[in-house]
Amino acid sequence: MADLVVTGPVLEKAKIQIDKSLIKAGVHTVLLIDEAGNIVASCGKKRNDLDTTSLAALAAANFGATSQMAKLIGEDDFSLLFHKGKKDSIHFARIGSALILITIFGDDVSLGLVRIRVAQLIKTIEQVFGICN
Amino acid sequence: MALIDLSKKEVHCKIVYYGPGRCGKTTNLLYIYNAMSDRARGKMLTIETKGDRTLFFDLLPLNLGKVNGFDIRIQLYTVPGQAIYEATRKLVLKGVDGLVFVADSLRVRQAKNIESLEDLQKNLMENNLSFNEIPLILQYNKRDLVSTPIPTLELDELESDLNSHLHTMAFEAAATKGMGVFETLKAISKLTVRHVARKHLMAK
Ligand SMILES: Nc1nc2c(ncn2[C@@H]2O[C@H](COP(=O)(O)OP(=O)(O)O)[C@@H](O)[C@H]2O)c(=O)[nH]1
Ligand SMILES: [Mg+2]
Repeated sequence: MADLVVTGPVLEKAKIQIDKSLIKAGVHTVLLIDEAGNIVASCGKKRNDLDTTSLAALAAANFGATSQMAKLIGEDDFSLLFHKGKKDSIHFARIGSALILITIFGDDVSLGLVRIRVAQLIKTIEQVFGICN
Repeated sequence: MALIDLSKKEVHCKIVYYGPGRCGKTTNLLYIYNAMSDRARGKMLTIETKGDRTLFFDLLPLNLGKVNGFDIRIQLYTVPGQAIYEATRKLVLKGVDGLVFVADSLRVRQAKNIESLEDLQKNLMENNLSFNEIPLILQYNKRDLVSTPIPTLELDELESDLNSHLHTMAFEAAATKGMGVFETLKAISKLTVRHVARKHLMAK
């Protein structure tokens, strides 16, 4: 796996896009992490109240585990990875082969909206990071 | 995979403590956690779920200060040593930048040490990595038991079992007492950061 080198302008662009599509839609926290569990970018008002380091490490492991489960039952990957809580829920999506987008949102935001926005955002962020696959 | 953030001038690296079950990996992290100041350490996360859970590792985030103007952030991970957690070990190795192989000095664990090092090599290969690409050092733990009646391995036995091909640095340790713990951490951090820096920062 190649190391990830990010520059200020690329990060800024990515954050603006995350803000425009997800935070504006009412999502409260978005983390962009790599497969090793490092946080590349974090957005949203509540991000400082969360233990984002632990969350990123667990999310990366969880995501990896789920991909392996998919392979065991003969799937490439699961297209929807989502945990629903009483108040807050969490949605995961792969971006390219090395990044994972984690979206945390309350019950005032619909999963459908999150899914649509995330699908669009994946393409934008792939462009920003110059990922093509 | 290291993450290098040029805007915040931060380098994030992942270091994994590998080794057979009960060799003292978690004890290393706990000692480091207890010895570091709040400013330098993050929250230690341990997941010790038995049974059907897939997630099973420890994580300790550290802030090692500045090197050449870059803030060095290190995440220390341990893997579960027991054979059945193979899948988890492979996951934890994802994106690893540096490795510490912790060996158990107990004589009864001799075969388990060798098996675990072979398992590491295999799991690295499955992550498209090899010992040549990732800094790796050895730690011979539980040296405090050498002076007790409990049968232990001699240093040259550990060396010939584990280091005859690797020819890497090896540290003696007694993790419960802290002996060798920081020596190991310092050595692997230095190697890892240098390795990452060589690839990305010095070239420019
Ligand atoms: N005597 C002695 N016991 C140790 C040492 N390091 C760890 N242990 C003990 O070995 C057991 C397993 O340690 P642990 O850190 O949980 O092993 P892990 O499975 O590799 O994470 C514990 O009971 C520790 O107290 C050491 O240096 N000397
Ligand atoms: Mg342990």
